[in-house]
Amino acid sequence: MTTVHNLSRRSVLKGLVSGSGLLLGVQLGSSVFEAGFEEAAGADAGSLADLKVGLFLSIERSGTVTILASRSEMGTGIRTVLPLVAADELDAHRDRIEIEQAIGDRRLGSQNTDGSKSIRQLYQPMREAGATARAMLENAAAKTWKVPANECRAQGHAIVHSPSGRKLDFGALVETAAGMAVPKTAELTFKSPVQWRYVGKDNPIVDLHDLTTGAGKFGLDITPEGCKFAVIARSPVLGGGVESVDARQAKAVRGVIDVVELEEGEAPFGYLALGGVAVIADNTWAALRGRDALQIKWADSTDNQDYESDAYSKKLQLSVSKPGRVVRNTGDVDEVFGASKQVIEASYNLPHLAHAPMEPPCAVAHFSNGRVEAWAPTQNPQASQTAIAQALRLTPAKVTVHVTLLGGGFGRKSKPDYVVEAALLSKRVGAPVKVTWTREDDLRHDYYHSVAAVSCKAAVDGSGRPVAWLARAAFPSLTSTFRNGVKGPGDAELGMGFVDLPYAIPNMRFEACDARNHVRIGWLRSVANVYHAFASCSFTDELADAVERDPLEYTLDLIGKSRKVALPGVKYPNYGDPLARHPIDTGRLAEVLKLCAAQAGWGKSMPKGRGLGLAVHRSFVSYVAVVADVEVSKSGDLTIHRVDIAIDCGLVIDPDRVRAQMEGSVVFGVSLSRYGKITAKDGRIVQGNFDDYPVVRMPDSPKDIQVHLVKSEATPGGVGEPGVPPVAPAICAAIFRACGKRVRSLPLSEHDLSWS
Amino acid sequence: MLRFQINGKDVDLSGVDPDTPLLWVLRDHLQLTGTRFGCGKTLCGACTVHVDDVSMRSCLLPVKLLQGKKVTTIEGLSETGDHVVQRAWREHGVPQCGYCQSGQIMSAVALLATNPKPSDTEIDIAMSGNICRCGTYPRIRAAIHTAARHLKAKKGGDK
Repeated sequence: MTTVHNLSRRSVLKGLVSGSGLLLGVQLGSSVFEAGFEEAAGADAGSLADLKVGLFLSIERSGTVTILASRSEMGTGIRTVLPLVAADELDAHRDRIEIEQAIGDRRLGSQNTDGSKSIRQLYQPMREAGATARAMLENAAAKTWKVPANECRAQGHAIVHSPSGRKLDFGALVETAAGMAVPKTAELTFKSPVQWRYVGKDNPIVDLHDLTTGAGKFGLDITPEGCKFAVIARSPVLGGGVESVDARQAKAVRGVIDVVELEEGEAPFGYLALGGVAVIADNTWAALRGRDALQIKWADSTDNQDYESDAYSKKLQLSVSKPGRVVRNTGDVDEVFGASKQVIEASYNLPHLAHAPMEPPCAVAHFSNGRVEAWAPTQNPQASQTAIAQALRLTPAKVTVHVTLLGGGFGRKSKPDYVVEAALLSKRVGAPVKVTWTREDDLRHDYYHSVAAVSCKAAVDGSGRPVAWLARAAFPSLTSTFRNGVKGPGDAELGMGFVDLPYAIPNMRFEACDARNHVRIGWLRSVANVYHAFASCSFTDELADAVERDPLEYTLDLIGKSRKVALPGVKYPNYGDPLARHPIDTGRLAEVLKLCAAQAGWGKSMPKGRGLGLAVHRSFVSYVAVVADVEVSKSGDLTIHRVDIAIDCGLVIDPDRVRAQMEGSVVFGVSLSRYGKITAKDGRIVQGNFDDYPVVRMPDSPKDIQVHLVKSEATPGGVGEPGVPPVAPAICAAIFRACGKRVRSLPLSEHDLSWS
Repeated sequence: MLRFQINGKDVDLSGVDPDTPLLWVLRDHLQLTGTRFGCGKTLCGACTVHVDDVSMRSCLLPVKLLQGKKVTTIEGLSETGDHVVQRAWREHGVPQCGYCQSGQIMSAVALLATNPKPSDTEIDIAMSGNICRCGTYPRIRAAIHTAARHLKAKKGGDK
């Protein structure tokens, strides 16, 4: 439920948006506000500061329409697509729209660009904002011409009086419109799909020119007057801290201004700066050389000093061989296993991953007169604001966070520890400070994607169909980053493709097993779905093979008839959306798989050494199927010839950007399949750059990616993340068909795929 | 004295440590921020520029080696940002986050200068030094083919 306010005559909006003339603020429903955000709902005319105004749309006398982009641009196109939704309902011309990037401000509701939520949360409010502005302009025209409002309609940035053909530009009507009452949501009319100008169409992103000319401004490109440049040496073991530092040689480096020690963070690390020793210089290169010259003795960390990720992974495998906490239970799997002739088991192990956005973490902050102004490539400007405020003991109102373009995010830039570092250093140095993370800093001090083990066990009947399914998962939880004493997986993570397995099997049990954290755990594109889907999809393929059935026909059989899956007694967050709005719909799951399989030519005969593999998975309330066509040479070299990926994300707002996200998801999935692995030894992260943490390059990316979009008018679902989970299991299933090697752990670079 | 050209203009870098890599001179001293930092070890290609028309990684290239040379960055590729490769990039909607695209474009321009009609495999090899984490590779490949066609048409028109 959203409410639109006419704010044209208000002065309390300072800092939120520029523009004059007609100014509308859209108050968002409570679901868009994160838990813990407490403010009075409906504000009265006198206290607009309490408004939860999620977005703004203003129209100036020149006719320029300014729309606030409250979410961050990290490559999805959201900065373009959401404003165009409002512009479409308004029937505004694209070339007369200006998009203004919002600062972090709690009044805007959640700005966390995360969880594939932006379209889910803001599509409808954006439509209502546009429709409201249109109605007010139409009413203003009716008043001006003294004609009935229903004879006036918006057309190409103007209001037209249909009977007489009179026409007034938006700009000519804003003064009158600004004085008018806001129509109620129930009175709004919306365009029908055939009238859409931008929605459902391919729209070039607003930053396209800048991003092809080098003019786009990322975090690293912001350098205020007088800015100093900092790099930080951080403890190689989480929580270790500095025992002693000799900075004499560092200070002797030309261009180095100062060396500053930062207090070590401690568990729970949350968004705290990690601490360490910062070198401040008058350019980045000098800071880097100064850091090289530091002589630091690091203190031990009692909790994490002995962390060995390979040994830890084995511990997780042992953990999932024993009973855990039951998180979903139907029927009685034990009874069926005891009575069954054929029981099949397998366990799957995936390593830590790093996000490795092309732009490493970086931020600029300026502390002055008790206030902080910061510029950062952040997915979460409000968390940046509050984290800075806490670190510097200021009220959030004293902290302004500007959002630059993000050179990739993938979840890393939701965590603003690096923004806090810049603010702390600026206060210490008394000048604006830019903190740059090198690639080594990024890979060695990330909030890592969890290492995980998942075991699966199934009993099948005479037709090969499972009658019992037991799955156990163990991984350190991302909640351990925010709370001490967390023992294992949390409900949100278990709700990502584990407890919500949508198969029609009479006896099912799902268990979560203990796992402690030794590094900061964070969320990475599609989060726990990566390992959950790898296990469930791979195991399905294994079962199909064991009972000699076709994987497509078999998977469809397991999905069963079209229905909405209920999860009684299960804590299931459903990605923050109510199940009534976004049910687990097996019909859509089956259809997206059929579409993908048909487009990929499923069933065609393949030469030896070549194979097709499939996987299908629902996440972020969207449905994605992948078919991979791979070739494995006798010597074990893997070529991915083609990947077909089909998505049903409900109504597609911008097909070109959805395609781009699917292409990107495939490449991201291929990267983690082929190479992704972060390891720790003696508590230290081993990998440091793209030489020992490779990601896919053009020659080893798929030769061909075919994207298929399901045409749908269903409520929009997520797009940025759901493409990733089915990629790895589809590739591994294809490898099995090609050469008979079953892969139950990643990355593939550790497997010998040779055959004869 | 160290003197060379960047984007057709003489630059005087007195006061700059001659060991400083070109990347940081461009970014910190000259405010030419279109050339990006991604790895600092010539592994990712985000910092690709042209030195005397040859594509090079700028992140480890000390400026003292550039005496008398001509450097072109993404900002100097064309007056209005309408180089045929830039146009092809837009036609295919290549950028997602866009951070690596300066380097991708510079590598593609250098490729087409020596191989006006590259095959898929030739493109893969020539572009293998440039990482895109968003996964725009299929569109980059397609955009290079498009740029090659446009270049050919342009040359045909000149005759």
